[in-house]
Amino acid sequence: MEISTALLLNAIIAGLLLGGFYAAMSVGISISFGMLDVVNIAHPAFIILGSYIAYIVNDRFGFDPIVVSVVVSPLFFLLGMVLYRIYYVCFERRGQESLRGLAFFFGILFITEVALVLIFGVDYRMVSTRYGDVTWRAGAVDFPMRLAVPFLVSMTMVIGVQVFLTRTFFGRAVLAVAQDQLALRLMGVDPVRVKELAFALSIATAGVAGAFLIVIQPVQPAIGREFIGLVFAVCVLGGMGSILGTLLGAFVLGLAESFTSTFFGPSWAPAVSFGLLLATLAFRPSGLLGR
Amino acid sequence: MLGNGVVGISRRVLGALVIGFALSGTALAQQPLKIGFGMSLTGPLAGNGKAALISMQIWAEDVNAKGGLLGRKVELVYYDDQTNPATVPSLYSKLLDVDKVDLVVSGYGTAVIAPAMPLMMQRNMAFMGLFGLNVNSKFKYDRYFQIMPAGPDPAVDWTRGYFEAAMALNPKPGTVALVGADAEYPHLALEGARVHVKRLGLKVVYDKTYPPNTVDYSPIVRAIQATNPDLVYLASYPPDSAGMVRAANEVGLKTRMFGGGLVGPQFAALKTQLGPLLNGVINYEAYAPDINRKFPFLDQFLAKYQGRAVKEGVDPLGFYLPPYAYAMMQVLEQAIKATGGLDQAKLADYMHAYEFDTYVGKVRFARNGEWSVPRMLTVQYHGIGGNDLEQWTKPGHVTVLYPNEYKTGAVKAPYHENKK
Amino acid sequence: MSNKVFAFVALAVALALAAVTQLIPNEYFFTAAYTVLLFVILATAWNILGGYTGYVNFGSAAFFAIGAYTTVFFYNAFKAPLAVGIVAGTLVAGLAGLGLGYLTLRLRGVFFAIASLALAVVLYVFVVNWDYVGGARGAYVLQPREIPFGMPRYIHLIYSVQLLMAAFALVVARAIEKSTMGRGLAAIRDDELAAECSGVPTLRLKIFSTMVSCALMGMAGTTFPYYLSYIEPSSAFSLSYAVNSIAMPLIGGMMSWMGPLIGAVLLGTVQQVVQVTVSSAWNLLIVGVLLVLFVTLAPNGIMGWVDAWRRRKGR
Repeated sequence: MEISTALLLNAIIAGLLLGGFYAAMSVGISISFGMLDVVNIAHPAFIILGSYIAYIVNDRFGFDPIVVSVVVSPLFFLLGMVLYRIYYVCFERRGQESLRGLAFFFGILFITEVALVLIFGVDYRMVSTRYGDVTWRAGAVDFPMRLAVPFLVSMTMVIGVQVFLTRTFFGRAVLAVAQDQLALRLMGVDPVRVKELAFALSIATAGVAGAFLIVIQPVQPAIGREFIGLVFAVCVLGGMGSILGTLLGAFVLGLAESFTSTFFGPSWAPAVSFGLLLATLAFRPSGLLGR
Repeated sequence: MLGNGVVGISRRVLGALVIGFALSGTALAQQPLKIGFGMSLTGPLAGNGKAALISMQIWAEDVNAKGGLLGRKVELVYYDDQTNPATVPSLYSKLLDVDKVDLVVSGYGTAVIAPAMPLMMQRNMAFMGLFGLNVNSKFKYDRYFQIMPAGPDPAVDWTRGYFEAAMALNPKPGTVALVGADAEYPHLALEGARVHVKRLGLKVVYDKTYPPNTVDYSPIVRAIQATNPDLVYLASYPPDSAGMVRAANEVGLKTRMFGGGLVGPQFAALKTQLGPLLNGVINYEAYAPDINRKFPFLDQFLAKYQGRAVKEGVDPLGFYLPPYAYAMMQVLEQAIKATGGLDQAKLADYMHAYEFDTYVGKVRFARNGEWSVPRMLTVQYHGIGGNDLEQWTKPGHVTVLYPNEYKTGAVKAPYHENKK
Repeated sequence: MSNKVFAFVALAVALALAAVTQLIPNEYFFTAAYTVLLFVILATAWNILGGYTGYVNFGSAAFFAIGAYTTVFFYNAFKAPLAVGIVAGTLVAGLAGLGLGYLTLRLRGVFFAIASLALAVVLYVFVVNWDYVGGARGAYVLQPREIPFGMPRYIHLIYSVQLLMAAFALVVARAIEKSTMGRGLAAIRDDELAAECSGVPTLRLKIFSTMVSCALMGMAGTTFPYYLSYIEPSSAFSLSYAVNSIAMPLIGGMMSWMGPLIGAVLLGTVQQVVQVTVSSAWNLLIVGVLLVLFVTLAPNGIMGWVDAWRRRKGR
């Protein structure tokens, strides 16, 4: 196949748009897993929960799903706080977080999934938005709004998180938690409280990412599982505990996927993405932007 | 010749025997005739599985209202196979050995029919399949029957309509792109398509598959567009059907024919979700409102089904899978009535030999258990405005292109002109 | 009990069970028991790495599928009998485990977990695109018509084979646990750095136990194509294998070979029963709730209770 400029440009744009969405899904994992060392494998389940909340409100009242998700994000924040409390009391305090914490989140993943199945059934759900079927064209390059709108909001959210973590006292405390809890205590900060709020923030981003997901594609309770590998891959690929690294990792995976789909064969796209991850783990385990 | 005493005793014995027979007779009459199956009530194909189940339940109620089968009440015994083939062998052995069902039928789709086959063959059961594509090509089991009207050579007949319609274009098409999801059905459909492509001397410019959980399909459509094919044949499952149709609209795919083997748009959910995006898409359907005069039998079914389906939250149209699920049970019902029992060999022989009159019309089975004549329609969607369901129940939006006896029009090509 | 004695007892029990249960007239017992035994092997195998060293393998399904697809390959290529598939599948899965361990076991445990997940995806895509073993369409592996040992049906045979393999897995797991190596592994679990410092060859031990663990998972998969007759990638790589092989040892207890056995028999049976009594959405819910309950309330699983009870009695 001849590689035309238009095809190349479109592959780049599609990869970046997709990467932006991946970044929104993974930024929460970058906080919980990368910084707090909480292996929250149920993160995708909260994304799906966010999708369904956006779906109900959109279906009943016709509000825009992304606006809805931002409005209800405090609820996700609260949910995250509660969840972290349970996690802390049951695992972290006992010092057995790694394996049992993981199993705990596995359990949460299934419970959320089944709850959604029992309430909504197993059919694919979609939302209707004004921009869902609109494509903006600039010459030979097209920007489907279905992906571009989530992309823009996602960038705002991810950069917001980065600014928050680097420019505020609380944010720096979160970064410090990952490195030296004792120093933090000496400064008069309660590390558990910091972790609780940071974890809550990660769940809040999951809720918003859920709205993006249902704008982009139809959603059914079990598809969360498909994204477990992806969110961790993005987080590890970019470098643990670095938001900019996560952004980079998301773009790399998005571009890898769109280039494989365009020029090679879409069937191999996941193998390329996860092959990249395996190679990173084997040869540069600290990730692309790792410390 | 008999002494009084003996007669006396024998009378008593006889009386006891008569009472005994009468009792066992009534006991028999009360014991329900059990029909077992697994059905996908959770998992990716659960939406379709539930619609099929409701059809089968309506059938059981209808039969019981008429006094049952062989004088026995019919009872359906079913389990959820989770759309997971690994559950199937144990479900069917439970049905046969523990629940002691009298008959079994299949769940929905090839993936759950195939794992049940070895058990059926060991037990010599007559086995009705619900929408399995070419399952019997490997097993060659002479008591397997299949209700989807795919025809005696499913692998090839399945895609015939699309290519017949394509060859009717003027000028004739020269190049074709083949694309589908990485799953059992799309791969089989693509295999059939390749047979036609070769037969018709078309040139394949793109032949690739994609993972069904792809998020963004537009790079795939762009790669196809870059090869500038005259025809695009797509075989897909519901979520990626939606994804590919959307991507084709976003990218502005320019080709003469697009579609062919999309699973999903047969059901109300995708019809309403995609709405106008379906304009111009070629696909297969089991029924179109435009030819309802040729499907008079279907009205009887729809009258029973549609109200119920809305209540139960499954496919409210009932044009595709549900009537066939009902018809599958009718075939069994008629075979049981005609043979007067549950002898599996007799049932199978009867099903091979005779024609059945069902809610999907007259059905006759070929030697491999498939319909002896294919009847899947190749159609093109037109003039869909908005996302309401109502328009799909009225004629004028689904043109039948093939088979010729049902044809209501020719392809409107190119595909992208239909968007205007 | 020495390893030899235990191996003998396990084998004898498995053979006796296989022989006695042949009398059961109902085939459902065999299909259900096959599934439970499959989980016994998977859970026991997973525990050799996960329970003994604390390294979480998310890719159980991948190794299971390697076993299954090796069988398919040998069936397609040579119409090879089941025994060939079992040996080959075990070896190939073991080699894959060796490779994965060699590449990633130098890293922190959580990276190993992610790498195993990534490996599962890569292998899945590979199988989907490998038409010789059926690709995305799936492959048919027909059960042979002649069944050895005068067994009435093929399911009786693969059930018995599965029973023997489960016994074998338990023997291996116990032998590792009771050996010096087992103590080395336990040292890694408790404090890897300290173990390293006191001269435990941690990397070599980890790689070895990964290899054994993965090989046994592969072995569990080798009979699967015959059980289903039709195998396709999404059912071979099903997430349920990965989840159950972690959940079962957790529920049973991870410190000894008996934990996974108890967990698998218990959870596996519950799942079989739930599937045919209430709907299967509940099936997943039960696994989820049990997992959450056990890890929060009984962190050492059922064996943890037993040990606590024993200690109290001993005092």
